Amino acid sequence: MSTSTPTLGAKFSVSDRRSPVSASDLTAPAKVSVRNLNFYYGHTQALHDISLDVPERFITAFIGPSGCGKSTFLRTLNRMNDVIPGTRVDGEVLIDGRDIYNSGTDVVDLRRRVGMVFQKSNPFPKSIFDNVAYGLRINKVTSGKSDLEGRVEQALKDAALWTEVKDRLKTSALGLSGGQQQRLCIARALAIQPEVILMDEPASALDPIATTKIEELIFDLKKHYTIIIVTHNMQQAARVSDLTAFFLLGKLIEMNTTEKMFTAPDDKVTEDYITGRFG
Amino acid sequence: MRRISSSDRQRRVTNAVMTSFTGLCTLFAVSILAIIFAYIAWQGIGSVNLRFLLDSPRPVGEGGGIGNAIIGTGVLLLLASVFGMPIGIAAGVYLSEFGRGKFASIVRFVVDTLTGIPSIVTGVFVYAIIVLPLKHFSAFAGGVALALIMVPIVARTTEEMIKLVPQNLREGALALGAPQWRVTLGIVIPAAASGIATGAMLAIARVSGETAPLLFTAFGSRFFNYRLDEPIASLTVQIYNYALSPYDDWHAQAWAATLVLMTLILIINIVVRFFTRKKF
Repeated sequence: MSTSTPTLGAKFSVSDRRSPVSASDLTAPAKVSVRNLNFYYGHTQALHDISLDVPERFITAFIGPSGCGKSTFLRTLNRMNDVIPGTRVDGEVLIDGRDIYNSGTDVVDLRRRVGMVFQKSNPFPKSIFDNVAYGLRINKVTSGKSDLEGRVEQALKDAALWTEVKDRLKTSALGLSGGQQQRLCIARALAIQPEVILMDEPASALDPIATTKIEELIFDLKKHYTIIIVTHNMQQAARVSDLTAFFLLGKLIEMNTTEKMFTAPDDKVTEDYITGRFG
Repeated sequence: MRRISSSDRQRRVTNAVMTSFTGLCTLFAVSILAIIFAYIAWQGIGSVNLRFLLDSPRPVGEGGGIGNAIIGTGVLLLLASVFGMPIGIAAGVYLSEFGRGKFASIVRFVVDTLTGIPSIVTGVFVYAIIVLPLKHFSAFAGGVALALIMVPIVARTTEEMIKLVPQNLREGALALGAPQWRVTLGIVIPAAASGIATGAMLAIARVSGETAPLLFTAFGSRFFNYRLDEPIASLTVQIYNYALSPYDDWHAQAWAATLVLMTLILIINIVVRFFTRKKF
């Protein structure tokens, strides 16, 4: 671990991470490539000329102060901003080399491949089982009842929720605690086996214990999924991510390996933000 | 100790006066319902008995009842619900989930205007398009007239209730690759179901008190009638006819029928309160 900036090293420990990533490891092909992306809410430009690559099966964190556009940017990756009237995008978002903003893109299929977990847990007012089964049912991906039940069980296990809910699958999802609800939402996203999972501050409304569980879960999911997580908790970014991108006022200031970002960032503004000089 | 300045005192006096004034106004508004209901009960309770509730009207002095009118009102409300609810709910779903831009705001304006149309105009309109071509009054025409009054009410309450469903619930479903229509049918409408039911019940309560649109359509009847293509009795028209008559006996029956109608509407409203109490 670099010790060139001891003030940073003292504040954020990245040494306890299970597999620190160095720049040379990043030979993985880009799963998501963004080229010159601009985004507008009506006449207000929220994102300015953003270009970046997200490698496959790594965890990439987006950090930055509130209102910097990191959530807006995340939502451009599964076209979730389409539901907000008066928004406009230009530039390219390539997933596996194909531009998702092409007129030929099937948005429903895109969202099946790029799952999302929201800041505020949003279980449907249905049973726990039906919540996880929802995506499977609408996408008609299961063959028969036992297949459906198997997939629901697997998704709940992957989301580290199975042991807590296996005896109450038919009860309302709204009866779960906040942390359990958020893991249920993760299970719901995992059930349809997306390729990319977008997480929009998934632990910001949770207590430290629930947060730890979610973070461990994110780390385990990395084996199979490309994960992009938005957080304004810098310690969280340092703990879970391989790469970190820093946004400010709708612009991408710097993107680097997390280790480098939190020890020796290239940009002075990044260093000021991470050391708490503003933001 | 701090002295109370004159501006302080003035503020306190103003506060006390205004609080009492709003309290009095509230008391007045609430007591109107109590006074109306108490007066009707006092006038009507003497003539209400089981026979009155079950029998059909008879000539003056021979008693008779409002059994046919109670059933007629039930039939008319049922018809109105069958015609009006699906259209009203569908329009409300459209306005809240799909309605954007100029067309939707026109629809919203039209629906609001429709809510404000005097009900007698609706009655005359249905008379012109249904009663005249078919050449006779009918329960069917009455149901259509009440349905026309229900549609805008149901549409707007449905829209409001569906708007209360949190946006993140829709986004959660969309993010799983659900097409818009499945999100609406499978997530949004069930989440708003109790609210939509409330709006529907309120619309029923509202039209159950309508008289004018029925005068030209269902017309009224002095017999039990179960055919939809013939005139049918209703509580409101019965009250209207009896109240206009010169006989004390029928006046008493009109008060009693009013009491029955008020009780019916009160029950519907209480049921509505029960529904709204339990949120999803």
